[in-house]
Amino acid sequence: MKYIIKKLGMMIATLLVVSICVFLAFSIIPGDPALRLLGTEASPELLAQTRQQMGLTDPLPVRYLRWFLGFIRGDFGVSYNYKTPVAGMIVSKIPITLTMAAMAFLMTILISIPLGIFTAKHEGSWLDRGIIVINQIIMAVPPFFSGILITFIFGMILRLFTPGGFVNYTADVGRFVRYLFFPSVAIALPKIAMTVRMLRGSLIDEAAKDYSRTAYSRGNNTNGVLYRHILKNALIPVITFLGMTLADMVAGSIVIEQVFSIPGISRILLTSISNRDYPVVEAIIMGIATIVIVVNFLVDVIYRIIDPRIGFEDE
Amino acid sequence: MEIILDVTDLHIEFHDHDQPEVAVEDFDLMLGKGEIVGIVGESGSGKSMSALAIAGLLNRKSLTKSGRIMFDGQDLLTCDRKTLRSYQGDEISIIFQEPMTSLNPVKRIGWQVEEPLYIHHPEIDRKARKEMAIAALLSVGLENAVDVYYMYPHELSGGMRQRVMIAAAMIGNPKILIADEPTTALDVTVQAQIVELLKKLNRERGTSIIFISHDLSLVNQLCQRVIVMQQGNIVESGRTSEVFKRPRNPYTKKLIAAIPKIDLSRNEE
Repeated sequence: MKYIIKKLGMMIATLLVVSICVFLAFSIIPGDPALRLLGTEASPELLAQTRQQMGLTDPLPVRYLRWFLGFIRGDFGVSYNYKTPVAGMIVSKIPITLTMAAMAFLMTILISIPLGIFTAKHEGSWLDRGIIVINQIIMAVPPFFSGILITFIFGMILRLFTPGGFVNYTADVGRFVRYLFFPSVAIALPKIAMTVRMLRGSLIDEAAKDYSRTAYSRGNNTNGVLYRHILKNALIPVITFLGMTLADMVAGSIVIEQVFSIPGISRILLTSISNRDYPVVEAIIMGIATIVIVVNFLVDVIYRIIDPRIGFEDE
Repeated sequence: MEIILDVTDLHIEFHDHDQPEVAVEDFDLMLGKGEIVGIVGESGSGKSMSALAIAGLLNRKSLTKSGRIMFDGQDLLTCDRKTLRSYQGDEISIIFQEPMTSLNPVKRIGWQVEEPLYIHHPEIDRKARKEMAIAALLSVGLENAVDVYYMYPHELSGGMRQRVMIAAAMIGNPKILIADEPTTALDVTVQAQIVELLKKLNRERGTSIIFISHDLSLVNQLCQRVIVMQQGNIVESGRTSEVFKRPRNPYTKKLIAAIPKIDLSRNEE
């Protein structure tokens, strides 16, 4: 419990630091939002008045506090470009990006864990070697490229989905999920390859340890040693990796959304960056950072459950 | 004396390199019921290899074994894996040199002590298993057995972990306990306690023990008979007192000479 509270405190502290960094970064970047809003033709009086209205004349700490407190309440400010609250713009898009990342993550776990166990169990067999070679190739292919290949093969040749024919979840959840399945595969493929390789190596390492020999000496068969002894130990490093993977998938979906023309978070992010619509960019960056930090916290908690050695010094 | 284990002409060869390497050559061992036999020799002499072969733990593909290991009417070298597994942990148990790493770090002590029962005696229910595990922990001198039952290996010292290993090895009341340098990694005082514990278990339960060590004085304290190995061969064997008094082989003489003087004088009394 003490361990979890400590990690929770660290998580909040990290979020605070990240928020300061994000806020400072966008305050330092040259460019005047009021000027951007009104155009270069605006009179100095109007400019000054607008600055006042936007709160840009307040000292930096005050502006930060206002922004941060708003962020906690779910108020991310108003988009410079569209004059609508940022929250409204993003909230409807979050399910799209998150569904895609979640599907990719689920695929990674469901495929890579059985496959990792299989290859470790049949270490050195031709099937294991074959899988390693295929793994190596998949790992080297970036998602945007596999995305293009998938669009070409499954979309245009096999016609399993219509490229560009995205259906939103508000219209038809079934078709929405079906369309997102293919970009999810593109995101998941390299992660699956990496996880298989990692789990395989981890299992083989654990099998060589003394406690595995002890397990055999008690009359365990291979499956008994594998599932009752080695697997839990071997999963410990893999969980760290999967945590990083999940965070990476959320961020990595930005490129894939472009390839599959999905109107998710990435489209808003890219247009906002080119339009210097900072409140929107800040909100999305903070959102992604929050997901990464929360996932890390969950990984720490899962760690504690799996590995009794962790956090032991604290208690 | 009833013979429960009869090893003849055990030969172990490695094929990791171009030239096959002989690890054990013509190893013979007759173990009587309730007897404690010591195997001594320096590292690489093949003593641990022989022990692992008897425990059925040498299954690498790059390794050939020949000879016979007769136990319970079966040749452990040629019987099927299922038969071998039915003995492992139940009739034949083994404890190792490295108590720090021989236990699974993410499993509770109780779980690990109970495991042989779980595997070999599924008819024993969970509650009875737990009682037996706690009794086993008590019998190896862990007085706070109930607490230890719920602990993880990292919460115990090396000596305590070795006791846990012994508790797990003894829970099925095996006919043979193989102790492969069980005290080498421990402090001297703890060494003596573990040796006393093995003596006690042998006396109370009649378990035969194969005690492997490079420490002749420990073998002298514990074993009725001793086998001296050098480079994969048995160079001398016989009653411990005989071998100590009148070593015939020059290597044995050297080993005995290497024991600190205090032990020697005690032996000569």
